[in-house]
Amino acid sequence: MINLEFVINTLSLGSLYALLAVGLVLVYGILKLVNFAYGEYLMVAGYAIYLSAIVGAPWWATLIIAVAASMLVSFLTEIAAFRPVRTKSMDALLVTSFAVSIFLQNVVLLAVSPRARAVPLPDFFSKTVVIGGAVLPLRNLLIIATTAVVLALLSFLMKKTVLGMAMRAAADKFTTTRLMGVPANFVISAAFLISGFLAGVAGIFWVGRSGSVDPLTGAAPLLIAFIATVMGGMNSPIGAVVGGFVYGLLFNILSITLPASMISYRDAFMFAIVVLFLLFRPEGIIRRGYTEERVG
Amino acid sequence: MTTPMLKVDDIHASYGAVRALHGISLEVNEGEVVALLGINGAGKSTTLKSITGVLRPTSGSVTFLGEDITSRSPEKIVKRGISLVPEGREIFGALTVEENLRLGAFASYHRDRYKADLKEMFELFPILEERFHQPGGLLSGGEQQMLAIARALMAHPKLLMLDEPSLGLSPAITDDVFALITSLRERGLTILLVEQNAERALEVVDKAYLLANGLVEVSGTADDIKKKVDIASVYLGGEDAEGGEVQL
Ligand SMILES: Nc1ncnc2c1ncn2[C@@H]1O[C@H](COP(=O)(O)OP(=O)(O)O)[C@@H](O)[C@H]1O
Ligand SMILES: [Mg+2]
Repeated sequence: MINLEFVINTLSLGSLYALLAVGLVLVYGILKLVNFAYGEYLMVAGYAIYLSAIVGAPWWATLIIAVAASMLVSFLTEIAAFRPVRTKSMDALLVTSFAVSIFLQNVVLLAVSPRARAVPLPDFFSKTVVIGGAVLPLRNLLIIATTAVVLALLSFLMKKTVLGMAMRAAADKFTTTRLMGVPANFVISAAFLISGFLAGVAGIFWVGRSGSVDPLTGAAPLLIAFIATVMGGMNSPIGAVVGGFVYGLLFNILSITLPASMISYRDAFMFAIVVLFLLFRPEGIIRRGYTEERVG
Repeated sequence: MTTPMLKVDDIHASYGAVRALHGISLEVNEGEVVALLGINGAGKSTTLKSITGVLRPTSGSVTFLGEDITSRSPEKIVKRGISLVPEGREIFGALTVEENLRLGAFASYHRDRYKADLKEMFELFPILEERFHQPGGLLSGGEQQMLAIARALMAHPKLLMLDEPSLGLSPAITDDVFALITSLRERGLTILLVEQNAERALEVVDKAYLLANGLVEVSGTADDIKKKVDIASVYLGGEDAEGGEVQL
């Protein structure tokens, strides 16, 4: 069954999951917060597409608006909700993220509708191409290409810019980073903006698969991002990327190997794998970098 | 009378319910090298945390160069000119030596002088040039201490504070650290030095404060302290300074 179709499918699923996971891990790295409102940033992208279509925006503007909306909501939720409780307990932060998640769901529920809305995407999303006899949705190839570009940009940002250095330092030792003169709020805002960017890009492809958005659209991608980061490792974006691709691979392997009668248990199998990871390799596939001091 | 560069006035500080400082006052004049001595848990690091804004004092004030900086954020205070070499070095382990130094310069980065500053650090600490592209976490303890000091110096501090820079280092490297403090002193840098190794510290400082249980117990010039406190009888003895268990 390992043919071109399987490879492309797995790569595209893995790409989408990698984007999801990296967005979650960037904020986790700095605040040590699993942001449960993260899925809602994707949902916001979906509604942005829905609303852009109503006003008749061209497709390229629609996509920009979708990503910008996710970034804006991510940025604003940090300032309005997370910042005031940041210096309080970890529990307060976690509870706040649940509250933000429910709040955003209710905003769209009341402002738009509890029911699903169609999100029209540009035609080329639903085209197929034939490569080497395999019929591939163009969308899958777009996900792979987009993810490659986004991850390359992110890697450049983290490695080559002072902002990236500051973010990596803050993920390691937050207070010491502030002692260097790096403003706490600045790195946190940057992390939420980038997280929102990744959620927006992933959100476009996510709602593009089902063609619709509803107030609970964010739940599944949050769960996937969370599982991928648990598998890959919570401590680095690289771990999240690896986790995303591993998740995509396992998911596709289960999809083709499980008998039809058991396919509905696919998620249960995924959870079982996560439990195994938590038991036998709680730090994830990619362990933390060189933070241990060498003796001498 | 000139006003002191740093004036800490009756600060109290606590960690939740644990009260750590019960009214610490101290002064550091420009160009002086001052030691903060005392056994483990006396409140030395807490005093430095209160000065750098990492911990907010519950009362009292910190004045630096005539400006009240009490409860300012750490990022603002380092920009005013106070740099800390933290206890345990706090190197960014996954970042290279180069990146650690670049972040050290964050508070007062100037493009034109950055290269020259790096060169100066390489002269002070040749090992850092050798290790420039290696992750900080792969350096030895002594090398990390050099990196922590260089990182603090990259900010061009007016006041350099060092929290137990010789902790856990071999005697040879401890000698290097003290030699460095002496040479920084000769360049006119103002230094506040926290040390367990009081005997060594008293050789390089102008004056000292001896803390115990969150209070200043004795203060005076280095010679005063040597006379007032029986160094041999207390923890102050050099070699077994790490125990820290002996009571004053
Ligand atoms: N993070 C902390 N939480 C609670 N108590 C602390 C913390 N850090 C220090 N303390 C307490 O504050 C007091 C002073 O500690 P510290 O300033 O670190 O002492 P020193 O640096 O002189 O060894 C000690 O009693 C110590 O137990
Ligand atoms: Mg201490």
